[in-house]
Amino acid sequence: MSGKVILQARDLDIRFGGVVAASDINIDLIEHQNLAIIGPNGAGKTTFLNLCTGYLKPHAGRIIFNGEDITGIAPRRLVRKGVARAFQIPQLFTEHTVMENLLIAAAAQARQWAPFTRLDRIGARAEMEHLLELMKCGHLATLPVSALPEGQRKLIDIAVALALKPRLLFMDEPTSGVASAEKFELLDIIAGALAEARVTAVFVEHDMGIVDRFADEVAVWNRGKVLFRGPPGDVLKHPDVIRDVIGEEL
Amino acid sequence: MTTRAQILRVLPYALLLALALVPQVYPAAQVLLTLALAKSLAVLGVIVLLQAGQVSFGHALFFAIAAYAAAFLGNSMGGGEIVLSLVLGTVCSAAVALVVGVFIVRYRHIFFGMLNLALSMIFFSFLEKFYHVTGGSDGLSVARPRVLGMALERGPFELVLFYGTLGLVIGALVLTHRFLSSPVGQMMRAIKTNEVRLEYLGVSARNVLLAGYVLSAALCGLGGVLMSTAQGIVTPEYAWWVRSGEFVFIAILGGAGSVGGAVVGTLAYEAVKTYAAAFAADIWQMILGVVLLVVILFAPNGLIGLFRSWTRRIGSAPERTGDRAGDRVGAGE
Repeated sequence: MSGKVILQARDLDIRFGGVVAASDINIDLIEHQNLAIIGPNGAGKTTFLNLCTGYLKPHAGRIIFNGEDITGIAPRRLVRKGVARAFQIPQLFTEHTVMENLLIAAAAQARQWAPFTRLDRIGARAEMEHLLELMKCGHLATLPVSALPEGQRKLIDIAVALALKPRLLFMDEPTSGVASAEKFELLDIIAGALAEARVTAVFVEHDMGIVDRFADEVAVWNRGKVLFRGPPGDVLKHPDVIRDVIGEEL
Repeated sequence: MTTRAQILRVLPYALLLALALVPQVYPAAQVLLTLALAKSLAVLGVIVLLQAGQVSFGHALFFAIAAYAAAFLGNSMGGGEIVLSLVLGTVCSAAVALVVGVFIVRYRHIFFGMLNLALSMIFFSFLEKFYHVTGGSDGLSVARPRVLGMALERGPFELVLFYGTLGLVIGALVLTHRFLSSPVGQMMRAIKTNEVRLEYLGVSARNVLLAGYVLSAALCGLGGVLMSTAQGIVTPEYAWWVRSGEFVFIAILGGAGSVGGAVVGTLAYEAVKTYAAAFAADIWQMILGVVLLVVILFAPNGLIGLFRSWTRRIGSAPERTGDRAGDRVGAGE
């Protein structure tokens, strides 16, 4: 495995009552290697994302991002260090337009607090227009988010995360809620934008076709543990993975 | 430009011009309008918080703090200076808002509203009970202050106060509108729809709400000083919950989605109140209640929203998209 380690998880433990959501998780994330996380429901995939983005604090263990211990740091502060997140259910400002959502993100990223500059006149506007084009959503700019179908909201949610210029982006099931026929197209768009922004992505995914095509590496989660990790070609063929995770799909 | 855009553009100025001419055309309404305009500043404060989806049932607190601060200052200086009173009162309200706000912005919705109510009622009791300081339920009389060093007679003073208030209201509308159109102002509106995302943008929703809270308190304070100066007296009733409720009532009546709603709402409210009290003395509260019911049921965006949909209908239809953030906040949704 070549490349710089961008995030290290060390001995992460967290449990909710009797449910072990993370148990002794040790994993290194490599810069510019997109990692897919797969595993059955309840395996602790989203918990791992919640731990890495500061939403949950582990009961034990440490998370090191870019050489700095970030264990238990609030999402708000973590974002400023370069860790962004897109959600399984898009988290957007539904009373704002698509462009306003992006501009708010850009203003937050640039720490632009000038009280009398109009949001739509901030310097990042051209950049945000470009980002929208990259996400093939340029035509949606003036629409209110509440008018968008789920698939487009997913794209905008990711665009908002990218507007923060992160180094590392966590995405929780970027293709869930999207018709199968559109999944590849959606991921194509996302992958293109990620590549241009030079962002390392970690994504939870249930569609093995998507994983095979878009991930550089796959990590298999089960019962709060990382079972396997490697290139999709190897991991997805492993008999245990086929039995426990993929089931009869292959 | 369509008819609708023209009407929308011209009407606010026409309204302000009409207001400015009141002392010449209909002097009997001048004092009443001064009081209404002062109140509209407090309503504007409530509207700022409504952008974030938060309703305060205790903003009379800041109205009263500023009014009492100005009264103490004026009385200790033998009348004092109005500019100084306005500045001191507003700063006092903003300072108190900054302190209690740190605690209050941790809460949302009913808790936010009730905590504000509780604080305002504590202050109300304080004003009532510490009568040797506050004058108790009789309140304090407010001596007529000098204006930029000049001691004016009653007539000229009231005229100056009217135009001064009108000028301050216009200034407050412009500044508040610009604040709400700015990134921080838009983040206030984002608190209403998705605080989680706001945090994941690296923004502290609490700090954003605190900024809005301090602004809203300052606006209430400015209104409180102007009101007490115009009335020549300040009483604990300034902090009473009914007054806080009145601010919210007017905000909804006028249209909480826009800064203009504060002025339109207050003028309509005071007009209904005055004429209903004159012609139907026994049932004027009922008339106000019915008005509010009708507004909530048929014009949820208030009078401003009603006006917008009306101009939309008579103007050419296809000018709907392209509404931008500033326009929406500015002119009601």
